[in-house]
Amino acid sequence: MQKQLAKMKQSLFDQGYLDEQFIQLEDLQDDANPNFVEEVVTLYYRDSVRLVQNIEQALEKNPLDFSKLEGYMHQFKGSSSSFGAKKVKTECTQFREYCRAGNAEGCKRTFQELKKEYATLKKKLEVYFQLARQAGPVEKACRPK
Amino acid sequence: MTGNSKNKMSALIVDDDKVVRRVHGKLLTQLGFETNAVENGQEAVDLFTSGECYDFVFMDMEMPIMDGTEATQKLREMGVKSTIVGVTSCNVEAKKQAFMEAGLYACLEKPLTRDAISSLLEQVTKK
Repeated sequence: MQKQLAKMKQSLFDQGYLDEQFIQLEDLQDDANPNFVEEVVTLYYRDSVRLVQNIEQALEKNPLDFSKLEGYMHQFKGSSSSFGAKKVKTECTQFREYCRAGNAEGCKRTFQELKKEYATLKKKLEVYFQLARQAGPVEKACRPK
Repeated sequence: MTGNSKNKMSALIVDDDKVVRRVHGKLLTQLGFETNAVENGQEAVDLFTSGECYDFVFMDMEMPIMDGTEATQKLREMGVKSTIVGVTSCNVEAKKQAFMEAGLYACLEKPLTRDAISSLLEQVTKK
């Protein structure tokens, strides 16, 4: 089962869903917090619901307040980066570029992509963590190739 | 270093993001710090005003109510001698420069990593 877990993790990295920061977080898991990464990811998805709603509401305004949107996205990016959500982070960066360019359509389009990546990652990590719980504690820092 | 009765270094995490506070809190705890966390610069200033003291302050740059630049400036005006480290993913040089000039010891990339903190500690203990 550990092999299956390692393979799943490798796949998440190969497909660009996660980056090195995820490993940094796994390195922090200890007896006090054996499921630290899962806790962080759960906190992220719970905490970011409000932010997603704020961005959606802000995108309905006409004209768009690009400065406000950039602020929201800066926060989203910071949160996403903290556990290695690579694709989500990339969409955040793209969104902010469109904000700076004053490109409303670009912002709206990118936000749809971002929500897709955000939702996909959530599903994939749910499966990963379920398997991780079944597999039990791993040896420290199995870095993907 | 002031430390505390257990001779651990103390760190205050100042960040408006709950996830970042959790991650940085765990990282710093594992590296041997005793940590506390607040959500914005005003809360950080209030803690020091109330008499609390920290060896290190890890200060986010962009926060509501009071941002990191203003909070750092205020803390230095108050005579706070803690090692205040900026933590930001912002890549606007002018903003980072202003942040540094407010009184930071250093500015690190967000999210913090084990290596970045270890390097920082090495530099700080040399001074």
